[in-house]
Amino acid sequence: MSDYGAALRRRGLELFSFTGGFLWAVRIAAVVVVIWGAVGSLTEGRLTFDQWKNLVVFGLAQGSVYALIALGYTMVYGVLRFINFAHGEVFMSGAMIGFFAARELNQHGLWSDRPVLGILIVLLVCMTTSTTVALIVERVAYRPLRQRPRLILLITAIGASFVLQYAFRGLFGAGVKSYPSIEALQGSWRILGFNVIKTQGVVILIAFGMMALLYTFVERTRTGRAMRAVAEDQETAELMGINVDRTIVTVFAVGGAMAGVAGLLWGLVFQQVFFFTGFLPGIKAFASAVLGGIGNIPGAMLGGLVLGQTESLGPSLVLSGLGVPSAHQLKDVIAFLVLVLVLVFRPTGLLGERVAEERA
Amino acid sequence: MSAQPLLQIRNLSKAFGGLMAIQELDFHVNKDEIVSLIGPNGAGKTTFFNLVTGMIPPDAGQIVVDGHDIVGLRPNQILERGVARTFQNVRLFPNMTVLENVLIGQHTRTGTGPVGAILRTPAFRRQEEQAVEKAKETLAFFGSRLVGYRFDQPANVLSYANRRRLEIARAMASEPKLLLLDEPTAGMNPRETAELTELVAKLRDEQGFTICLIEHDMRVVGRVSDRVVVLDYGTKIAEGSYHEVANDERVVEAYLGTKAGKAAS
Amino acid sequence: MAARFHRPDPRRTVVLGIAGGLTAVFLSAIGMVEEFIKRSLVDPEVVLGYVTIALVPFVFAYVVARPPPVREGIAPVRPGPLTLAAGAVAGLLTASVVSLFVVITTEVNVRGVLQNVSPPLLETLTFHRGVGQGVVWLLVGGTLIGAGGAAVHLIPARYRRPVVLAVVWVLIFGLLQVLIAQIFRGLKVGDTVNPFLYKGSRGLTIHGAITVWIAAFLIALSLEGQREAMRRRLAEATPAVRRNYMLVGLAVALLILAVTPQILGNFLSEVLDLAGIFLLMALGLNIVVGYAGLLDLGYVAFFAVGAYTGAVLTSPSSPEWNPAFTFWAAIPFIMVAAALAGIIVGTPVLRMRGDYLAIVTLGFGEIARILFLSDALKPYFGGAQGIIRVPNISIGPVEFVTSQDFFYIIYALAIVLIYVSWALQHSRVGRAWMAMREDETVAEVMGVNIVAAKLQAFIIGAILASLGGALFAHKIGSIFPHSFNIVVSITVLMCVIVGGMGSIPGVILGAIVLVGAPELLREFSEFKFLLYGALLIFMMQMKPEGLIPSRQRAQELHQDEAAQDAWLRREALGDTEPEPAK
Ligand SMILES: Nc1ncnc2c1ncn2[C@@H]1O[C@H](COP(=O)(O)OP(=O)(O)OP(=O)(O)O)[C@@H](O)[C@H]1O
Ligand SMILES: [Mg+2]
Repeated sequence: MSDYGAALRRRGLELFSFTGGFLWAVRIAAVVVVIWGAVGSLTEGRLTFDQWKNLVVFGLAQGSVYALIALGYTMVYGVLRFINFAHGEVFMSGAMIGFFAARELNQHGLWSDRPVLGILIVLLVCMTTSTTVALIVERVAYRPLRQRPRLILLITAIGASFVLQYAFRGLFGAGVKSYPSIEALQGSWRILGFNVIKTQGVVILIAFGMMALLYTFVERTRTGRAMRAVAEDQETAELMGINVDRTIVTVFAVGGAMAGVAGLLWGLVFQQVFFFTGFLPGIKAFASAVLGGIGNIPGAMLGGLVLGQTESLGPSLVLSGLGVPSAHQLKDVIAFLVLVLVLVFRPTGLLGERVAEERA
Repeated sequence: MSAQPLLQIRNLSKAFGGLMAIQELDFHVNKDEIVSLIGPNGAGKTTFFNLVTGMIPPDAGQIVVDGHDIVGLRPNQILERGVARTFQNVRLFPNMTVLENVLIGQHTRTGTGPVGAILRTPAFRRQEEQAVEKAKETLAFFGSRLVGYRFDQPANVLSYANRRRLEIARAMASEPKLLLLDEPTAGMNPRETAELTELVAKLRDEQGFTICLIEHDMRVVGRVSDRVVVLDYGTKIAEGSYHEVANDERVVEAYLGTKAGKAAS
Repeated sequence: MAARFHRPDPRRTVVLGIAGGLTAVFLSAIGMVEEFIKRSLVDPEVVLGYVTIALVPFVFAYVVARPPPVREGIAPVRPGPLTLAAGAVAGLLTASVVSLFVVITTEVNVRGVLQNVSPPLLETLTFHRGVGQGVVWLLVGGTLIGAGGAAVHLIPARYRRPVVLAVVWVLIFGLLQVLIAQIFRGLKVGDTVNPFLYKGSRGLTIHGAITVWIAAFLIALSLEGQREAMRRRLAEATPAVRRNYMLVGLAVALLILAVTPQILGNFLSEVLDLAGIFLLMALGLNIVVGYAGLLDLGYVAFFAVGAYTGAVLTSPSSPEWNPAFTFWAAIPFIMVAAALAGIIVGTPVLRMRGDYLAIVTLGFGEIARILFLSDALKPYFGGAQGIIRVPNISIGPVEFVTSQDFFYIIYALAIVLIYVSWALQHSRVGRAWMAMREDETVAEVMGVNIVAAKLQAFIIGAILASLGGALFAHKIGSIFPHSFNIVVSITVLMCVIVGGMGSIPGVILGAIVLVGAPELLREFSEFKFLLYGALLIFMMQMKPEGLIPSRQRAQELHQDEAAQDAWLRREALGDTEPEPAK
C-alpha cells in the first residue's frame, strides 16, 4: 500500500505546524538553558553552600506570601471564572493600613515590647482592611456585571486595580512607608542546619498556620462545602439550596482575609510598602495560582512555594551560570517566564484545574 | 479502488470520561448519497459530527475523506478537504451581516492576505467582487428570503428558520464535497419542514453535494434518505433503507425506550 | 389621563445620599478638592474645587430622583414634589456626611495618616467661616444642590438636554481656557473675543459665561432631534451619495489638520503630538483587541521595540552599533523587528483562553521593559541611561524640528494607519478576525486558520505600535526604559475601550480626549489614573461598547440582553417570514 504511505507522509507534513515547531524549540531551549546555567553556576562555586541554603529559606518566606495571595485569585477564579486583577491591590491595602497600625503600636512601645500581641493586632487590622476592600470592589464593580462576558469583568478589574492604587496614593501619599522592625526578631535561628532569619521564620510559620486554617475551613465546614459546590456547578448548587450570592461574597471575604495576612507578612519581610506594592506580587501570585492549577486551593499553595523558590534560586542558579551580569535584576523576568511556560506547556497546572466547565 | 466512498469511518471510538459516546463505529458515505443518521437523544450523533470535523480528537479509529485520513488535522484543514457542517443549536456569527456570514464560508476558497487588502490590488478587488457575487448566488438558492435588504442585516435579527437557512448557505459557500447537517429542521413548523426537506434533495440533485444528515423527524428521513444508519449508545445498531430500518426490531426497541412517539410515525 | 407622580424609593434615597457623602469625603481626602480650589472657571467665585464637590450631591440627587423609564402597559410616572424632596434629602445626607467628617477631623488630627486632610482643606470645606457656621452652610448648600439635581427632571423634556449641555459647555470653556483662547488668537480674533470671554487667567467673565451658555443652549436646542434625522439620511443615502459625504468630510478634516499647528501654536501642538503618538498605538491595538478580540495588556512592548530599534539604527551615539541611518532608512528594519516581536509574543498565546492571554501579554510587556533596563543588555541598549541623540526627521533638505513640524509627520502617519485599519477591516482578513472574535470554534470549523489570523493580528498590531514608538524616539530625541511601563499599555487600552472597540472614529476620539485632555488640565494630572480606572469601571457597567461603538461590538457586549431580545421577539411574533411566491 504505497498509496497509504504517501498519504501518511503528506499528513505528517501537515501535522507539523509552525506553532508546534516553535513551541518545541522553546521547550528544548528552556531545558538546555536551565541545565547549562545550573551546571555553570554550581561548578563555578560563586556561592557557598550556606548561601544557597539562605536563598532557600528566603524563597520559602517569599513563596508563602505569594501562596497566600494566590489563594484569593484561585478561589475567585474557581467560582466566577475571571481574573480578579484588583486582588494585588487588596493585598497592598492590608499592607498599607497595617503599616499605620504598626507605626502607632511602635510609638506606644507595644511593637517591640510585646511583639506577639503587636503582630496579632496588626494582623487583625490587615485582614479587616483587605476583606473590606475586597468586598467593596465585589459589590461596586463586579456584582452588576456577573452575567457579562468574562473579558468585561477582567477589564473592570483592571479599572478597579488602578482606582485602588491611586486612591491609596491620594489618601496616604506616594512615599514609601517603612514598617518598624521588631527587636525580638533580630538575628536568626539554627534549624536543621539552616540559618533561618527570625522574621522569615515567623512569616513562614504564620503563613503555614493560615493555610492550614483555610484548608480546614474549605474542607470541613458547611460554608466551605458550599464554596466548593458553587465552584463545581453554580446552577446545580443553587438548585440544592445553596445561596450562591452569599457564597460568592464569602469567597471574596476569605480571599481578602488571606491577602491581608500576606500584607502583614510582606511588611515583616520586606518592610517597605507603597501604593504600587500590590502590582508585581499580584501578578506573581496569579502566576502561582496558574502554576498550581487554577481553582485548586492546595495547588495555589504549592504554586506559590514553587514560584518563591524559582525566583529566589533562579537568578543565581541559572542566569549567573550563563554569565549574565547583575542577574538579580532579571528576577521578575523569571517569574513571568515561568507563567508563560506553564500556560503554554501545562495550562492545567501542577495539580490540575478545578474550574467548572462552560456548558456548550 | 474505483468505488471508494467519499467518507469512510473505521473503528472510530470516543469516550468522555467513562461515557462511551462513540464505540468502534464503522460507517461510510458514498459519493452523491444522502445518508441519514438517526438515534435517540444522547446516542452520539452530534459527537460523530464533531469528530469528523476535527472539533474533538477521536480516541481511536480512522476518518478517511476522499482517500486521505484526516484524523489530527485542524478543523479548518478538514473544511479545506471538503467537509462542511451546520450545528444543532444554530451557531452563526450573530453580529456579522448575512453576507459576511456567507463570505466567511468562502474563506478557504479565497486567498488574499493583509498586503493585498491594504494595497487594494486588482487581484484583491476581483476576488472580493467574485466572492460577494457568489455569496449572493448562494443565498438566492433559498428563494427571496435572504436576499436584497437582508444582505446587510446582522444575522441576529433573522427569524429562527432563516438562521438555519443561513447556516446552510454558509456551509454551502465553502464548496464542500460532503455536507453534514445536524437536525436542520429542529424547531421549524410543518410547512418549513416540508420545504426544507425538498431543499435537502435539491442540494444533492442540483448542487451536487453529498449529504449526511442527522434528523429526528422520521418523515423527513423517509423522504430524502438513500440509506439510514441508526446509532444507539455510540454503536451502530442498524443500517439500510428507510423501510428496512423502520421495521428493525432493535431500532424500535431503542426508540421505544426513549422516543416511541416520533419513531412510530 | 392623570399620570401618577413619581415616588422615589426612600431606602435608595438614603443609601445613595450617604454614598454621595462618602464620595465627597473621598474626593476631599485624596486632595482633589484642595488641588482644584486654585483653579477658577468663572471669575470671581466659581472655582473648580467647589464645582467638583457640588457635583457630587447634584449627580447623586439626580440619580435618586430619576423616574423609571416609560414602558408600554405601565402607567407613566411623572416627576413631582416628592422628586424634589428626595433630591433635597439625598443632598442633605451627603452634606451631613461631609459635615461629620469636618467636625471629626477638626477634633482629631488625622494628618499623620491621611496626608491631605489638612487645616486648609477644612477651611475650604467650611467656606472659611469656622466649623459651626461652615457646617450650617454645608447643610443648606447640600440640600439646595440636591434639590437642584432633582429639579433637572422637572425641566420639560425638550429643554432638558440643551439646558444641561449648555452648563457643561460653560464649564468646558472655563476649564479649557488655554486651548480656547489660543484658538481665537490663532484665528486672529483673539484680541476682541478673549477679553470679552475671559478675565486674565481667572476663567470666564460673568457675561462671557452667560454668552457661552446662551449660545450653547440655542445650538443644542436647534440640533435636538436633528441627530436622528441626520443618521437616517446617511443610512438611506445611496453608496454614491455616501461616498460624496465622505469625500467632503475627508477634505474638511484634512484642511483642519493642515492649519491646526499654526492656529494652536507650539505648546498645544506638543499636546496633540503626544495624543497623536497614542493614536498610532491605539489604532494598532484596535486591530488586536477591537477586531481580533485578543486582549493584549503588554502592548507597550511593541512600542518599545519600535523606539529602541529606531534609536539604535539612527542615533550616532547608540552604544554597541551605530549605523546612523536616517529615519526613513530605518523604517523597514523597525517593521521587521516589530513583526518578529509580534511572532514571539503571539505564538505562545495562540491557544490560550482570553483572560490568560491578557495576563501573559502583560508579562511580556514587563519582560521587555526589564530587559531594556537590565545590565545584561546594557551594551546594546544603554540600560538605565537609555539612548540619546536620536536625530530629527528630515525629508530632503527640510528638517522637522518643532512640535508644530512633528504634528504633520505624526498625523500624516495617522491618516495612513487609519486607512490601513479601514482597509483591513473590510477585507477577507478583517472578516476572519471578526468571525474569530465572535466564535472561535465555529470560525475554525468554517475554515478560518486561527493560528494565522491571530498571528496576523499580532504582527500588524506590533508594526503599527512600533511606528508610533519610532516617531516617539525621534520626537523626544532620547529614550529611556522607564518610558515603557504598564501604564502606557493601559492608557492605550483605555483609548480603545472608551472610544469603542473596533471603531476607528471611537479610537480617534479616545486618544485625543484621554491623552490630550489631561495634558491640558494640569490640575488633573495627579488624578489621571484614578479617573482612568473609574472611567473604565463606569464604561464597563454603562456602555461597554464605548462612546462611538462599532456596529458589531455594540450587540456582542450586551449579549445577554440581545439573546433575551431575540427570544422575546421569537416568542411574541412567531416566525413571520413572508412566504415566497411560487
Ligand atoms: N464535550 C463533551 N463532554 C462530555 N460529554 C459529552 C460532550 N459532548 C457530548 N457528550 C455526551 O455524549 C453523549 C452523546 O452526545 P451527543 O450530543 O453526540 O448526542 P446526540 O445523539 O447528538 O443527541 P441529541 O439527539 O440530543 O442531539 C451525551 O451523553 C452527551 O452528554
Ligand atoms: Mg445532537
